[in-house]
Amino acid sequence: MTDAAPKLPVSLQVNPKLSSWVKFESDGQVMISPGKVEIGQGIVTALAQIAADELDVDFSRVRMVRTTTAGSPNEGVTSGSLSIQQSGRALRQTCAEIRHVFIAAAADRLGVETGALNVSDGTISGPGNVRTSYWELADEVSLDRDATMDAVPKPIAKRALAGHSVERLDIPDKVFAHPRFIHDVSLPGMLHGRVLRPEQARAKLLDLKEDAALKTPSLVAIVRDGNFAGVVSETENGAEAALVALRKGATWSAGDVLPDENNLAAFLKAQPVESTVIDTRTTATPARTARTLRRQYTRPYIAHASIAPSCALAQWTGERVHVWTHSQGVYLLRADLALVLKTPPENITVEHLEGAGCYGHNPADDVALDAVLLAKGASGRPVRVQWSRADEMTHAPFGAAMAIEIEADLDAKNEIVGWRHSIWSNGHAARPGRAAKPALLAGFELEDPFPRVISANPPQANGGGGDRNSIPLYDFPAWTIESHRLLTMPIRTSALRTLGGQGNAFAIESMIDEIAHLRGEDPVAFRLRHLSDERAKEVIRAAARRANWKPAAKAGSGYGVGFSRYKNTGAYCAAVAEIEGDEEIRVKKLTLAVDVGEAINPDGVINQVEGGAIQATSWVLKERVRFEGARITSNSWTDYPILRFSETPQVEVEVIQRSDIDPVGAGEAAHGPVTAAIANAVFDCLSVRVRNLPITRDSLIAAMESSP
Amino acid sequence: MPSIRFRLNGAPTEVDADPDRALLDILRGQLGVIGPHFGCGSGECGACRVMVGDHAVTACDTPLWSVANKDVTTVEGLGNAKHPHPLQRALIAEQAMQCGYCVPGILISAAALLKQKAKPTEAEVRAALDRNLCRCGSQNRIVRAVLRAAHETAAP
Repeated sequence: MTDAAPKLPVSLQVNPKLSSWVKFESDGQVMISPGKVEIGQGIVTALAQIAADELDVDFSRVRMVRTTTAGSPNEGVTSGSLSIQQSGRALRQTCAEIRHVFIAAAADRLGVETGALNVSDGTISGPGNVRTSYWELADEVSLDRDATMDAVPKPIAKRALAGHSVERLDIPDKVFAHPRFIHDVSLPGMLHGRVLRPEQARAKLLDLKEDAALKTPSLVAIVRDGNFAGVVSETENGAEAALVALRKGATWSAGDVLPDENNLAAFLKAQPVESTVIDTRTTATPARTARTLRRQYTRPYIAHASIAPSCALAQWTGERVHVWTHSQGVYLLRADLALVLKTPPENITVEHLEGAGCYGHNPADDVALDAVLLAKGASGRPVRVQWSRADEMTHAPFGAAMAIEIEADLDAKNEIVGWRHSIWSNGHAARPGRAAKPALLAGFELEDPFPRVISANPPQANGGGGDRNSIPLYDFPAWTIESHRLLTMPIRTSALRTLGGQGNAFAIESMIDEIAHLRGEDPVAFRLRHLSDERAKEVIRAAARRANWKPAAKAGSGYGVGFSRYKNTGAYCAAVAEIEGDEEIRVKKLTLAVDVGEAINPDGVINQVEGGAIQATSWVLKERVRFEGARITSNSWTDYPILRFSETPQVEVEVIQRSDIDPVGAGEAAHGPVTAAIANAVFDCLSVRVRNLPITRDSLIAAMESSP
Repeated sequence: MPSIRFRLNGAPTEVDADPDRALLDILRGQLGVIGPHFGCGSGECGACRVMVGDHAVTACDTPLWSVANKDVTTVEGLGNAKHPHPLQRALIAEQAMQCGYCVPGILISAAALLKQKAKPTEAEVRAALDRNLCRCGSQNRIVRAVLRAAHETAAP
């Protein structure tokens, strides 16, 4: 080879052994072990498609193994829309190499040139009807070898499954109520645990009278360690009753006062910060600035609000503990558990079971530590712990609130000649397993506590955090992008879908829309004129075409457009929103176009984009974590409403299939563009720019009163 | 402890328990029926919906005593992989979920609707499902699935 050897996909660099990914079973099946987990996004099916394709085995022979620290490849965390990119590429390469190795072994055994052999459904055959199979050869072909990049995956035209909408593997179990969720798993001898948490933020447990709880039926143990307290019972009902009794016996300190929920920008801008210049661009020939538009945008704290409260199971055997979790990263959770327990990670096995929809760093990891701590009081029996709805809504990390200021310098023709974008926000990542100190809730509550983690931001090279999607894709001649990360954190924040991407896309795309309007220029045309990336232009054109941009004005209706490329390196997405507005806003229809490169499972991509669009609509129209004094008050579905069936817009998604381009994820592509499209449609309808999310009756009135 | 009798998915069932306890707790606890899911415990999300008679109710705030001598149907009672309910078939055909945790309750709400009205309009389907929450954004697919099931079930 004259070229430098191609680099192994990132997950293969960390886990090069072919045997850690694939195993042929004697019953004619093939076990595929990804390090990424199913979180409701359909990833397991897409990975199975890739594996079956490269191995040339029937899809029905593929068995997907649940991720566990007892043997799965370590692929870090299932997040950031990276699973197809990381796990998918690793599996494609692994399976191509395995196929290659088996063909060589078959050629030896059959006395035929490798080039004369074909693989069909795992059977390797050649001229003269000679044949063998993966399963016949499995004993003599060792896969305990490292990936080499010696084999090349199939050309696109030969892929039979990738690129097609295969039905998801997990859906039948879910419609027939076969136990698949962690919540539905029952282990022999299993006990139930509940944890007592304060209503006031970070309140300390000053006194705990246990007598009443001790008298509740079926009680096994009360576990207390500093501010951490919980109950273990023979039954779930018993655990609930014991918790009620324990709560009555608890005396708490006053909690920490939280910021003013109605003035988040002032709070964010008044905190000590770490400031970083994310990007600058200058021009040798600066144009004269005739005027500067200065606008501020905010988004509130947003809750994960999964339909299921987080749940985990744990069982101690001597010094060792086995944990069942819906965490996004089993190895990362194990690392933090080891820190809290002060035990080597080898003493801990963390195994994944599916939870309900996961949109980022929710309490899955926290409840796993809760279960581990409560199981200490269970004499070796497994303990299942489930959070309450209220705890799920108040003690989970939230998506961070953001204040974003954009200054656009315009020349005499209102063309953009300079652009400054500044973000004030807490960090958007405090995931477990990444630092020397654990990031698990109970770890902060122990008698000998670990310090509360202040969220950080991933570097821009990994997509950034609060600064995600803050660098415009538009060809402005000059810009400065700055991020101010808060060094205080009264409200716990961590990764929620898109991190800062939704807020930044909302701000940029709102400002763009405003300038286009100022110029009297069509906002689609304005965007196209400022983009040079053809894939970016194509999703905007496709969405506009499909939405018949721009439909004739109707009283009470409005249309808006939004665009972003997730992380500036991932999926391209454009959205057109059609809304109806008066005192309230109803989103009638969203039309999206998305380009993820090769769409492995097009219907899976549509499902993710459609889901993202609807979730974003919910964020925009309804969602805002509420707090007063020292208490988070949005602790139920009444106080934290989300979009309902009757409020859900029609959604159309067009996938631009580019089979020759490496695939990227789809799960976070829609949130930014949809948020902006709705806000811009509100302006089109009511001539009001709402710059503070969510867009509610209150924020509409406030915007009318203060509108520049 | 008094004993309460009811029919669970067609089978005579007898439970010795405090009659004030939530039906969901009894179903998932001593009866081991895991189809209905716990979501909020206050009847707000619909993940725990079951049919009592022909009506969908939230099992998390339905007391056990109130189902005495009645028919209780959970998602397990709608159909199974061998003999699926048209709604179960339609949900698979439309790939109508992401995580699927809300699905058992939605299937029950939809089944109750179809008992009342064999061919509902789209607006009627949305209204019938309005007390079921879905966080993943699968609402439109689910609505399509319910309409598909209604279409396939209704006599030509």
